[in-house]
Amino acid sequence: MELFTNQVLAGIATGAIYACMALAVVMIYQAIDHLNFAQGEMAMFSTFISWQLMQWGIPYWWAFLLTLIISFAGGILIERLLFKPLAKAPVLTNVAGFIALFAIVNSVAGLTWDFTIKQYPTPFGSSPFLGSQLISTHQAGMIGVTVGLLIALYLFFQFTRIGLAMRAAAALPESARLVGVNTSWMIALGWGMASAIGAIAGILIAPVVFLEPNMMGGVLIYGFAAAVLGGLTSPLGAVLGGFLVGVFENLAGTYIPGVGNELKLPIALALIITVLVVKPAGLMGRPIVKRV
Amino acid sequence: MTAMLNVKDLRAYYGQVQALHGLSFALNEGSLTTLLGANGAGKTTTLRAICNMVRSTGAIEFEGKALSGKSTENIVRLGIAHVPQGRGTFTTMTVEENLQLGAITRTDKKNIVDDIERMYAHFPVLKERYTQQAGTLSGGEQQMLAVARALMLRPRLMLLDEPSFGLAPLIVRDLFKILGKINREEKVTILVVEQNAQLALELADQAYVIETGKIVMSGNAKEIASNEDVRKSYLGY
Repeated sequence: MELFTNQVLAGIATGAIYACMALAVVMIYQAIDHLNFAQGEMAMFSTFISWQLMQWGIPYWWAFLLTLIISFAGGILIERLLFKPLAKAPVLTNVAGFIALFAIVNSVAGLTWDFTIKQYPTPFGSSPFLGSQLISTHQAGMIGVTVGLLIALYLFFQFTRIGLAMRAAAALPESARLVGVNTSWMIALGWGMASAIGAIAGILIAPVVFLEPNMMGGVLIYGFAAAVLGGLTSPLGAVLGGFLVGVFENLAGTYIPGVGNELKLPIALALIITVLVVKPAGLMGRPIVKRV
Repeated sequence: MTAMLNVKDLRAYYGQVQALHGLSFALNEGSLTTLLGANGAGKTTTLRAICNMVRSTGAIEFEGKALSGKSTENIVRLGIAHVPQGRGTFTTMTVEENLQLGAITRTDKKNIVDDIERMYAHFPVLKERYTQQAGTLSGGEQQMLAVARALMLRPRLMLLDEPSFGLAPLIVRDLFKILGKINREEKVTILVVEQNAQLALELADQAYVIETGKIVMSGNAKEIASNEDVRKSYLGY
């Protein structure tokens, strides 16, 4: 029983990271109707920036804050330079853009910081949380930061005017323009926020998977699985999906014979395919209805 | 009286297809004008061209300022509210959020609250449902909401695209009564595009008739309504 509880709690902790990635994916999907394949690489790059800042002697939380600001600005910059010109281009052009971004960010990170694995600090420590052997303080910290982030995002979208404008621009761009919303900047803002959320995910997972240019590959696939499971149109669904995928992955690795650590990743892919077949809109997404 | 909106030689295109062929008209400040015509005549295109939502050439001036080259959202910010065909309701948001979106460009936060109350006075049914998702409203209620949302901008000019579409005759009468009241009491200049010519001519003081992208008739609404030839050949009643 203790093994089970342990695995569930550890699953929730890594699930928090998948939830962040899923949230970032959903934010951009809502804004431009495309999946950002480079989301993980952007998060990895942000994590390297924070690492570099700390190498220069800046304390953890200042580096954290600075990284969020830099990532936010960087997300906006990427949208303005690369994806705004592609707004009316066909899907495949956009996909090519995402893959290019993926490759460029990955190589630039490798070139700048090389491919050796680096230790990344945790501000929460890794002692048992509240004296319990079930979960470490870092895992508890991951859950705490994710939940805090969620509450902040909820308040932002529900109670601020800019949040309302962003929701309007995502729901009905033409109507939003007709009430005077600058939908183009709302998309850029969505990119900035997604990039900053990704940075949080990267910084939180780096102490667990260690820092290197390919650290987010697996995490992003779980993030996609979470977003698809929860429904690409629902931020809340994405988060719920993240936690579910985290727990599912851990339990499958522990209890299904022969899965172990090596076969965990295919499980995420199997989950994506199963959801798409059984319930394409995801747990909480709205089915897409097209008038013909 | 000076013209508030001046449209000269407006030509609009959907890809290679030309939808408007040199359309000219003017709206006087404080007037309630209707733009009539059959299906496909170019009524909706005209409204969309004013808000730069379709490629067009020609000159459009609003209160002396040229609108060409301005983005839709910047045209709206000048005080032109556009209630699009199909109402453009944000169906997944609440009634109150829809109204707040109407005022999203305004900076006078305190007055926005008062204006929402004023909309509830105009449209009591919206007050009863202010926490409800807008998509759950009936067609008539959604049209009221669309008009209220447009008014939240405190517009100088309001463009309405077939407000009567899909509504029961009794509800259309109600709606048009409110439009008349808004025009008189709030001094909002209104341009309403309609297929329901009879009702629109009762409401409006000026009318333009449009056919295949050109103005074919203009004048006092009462006169056009009483001219049997015009009615038969262009308005079909």
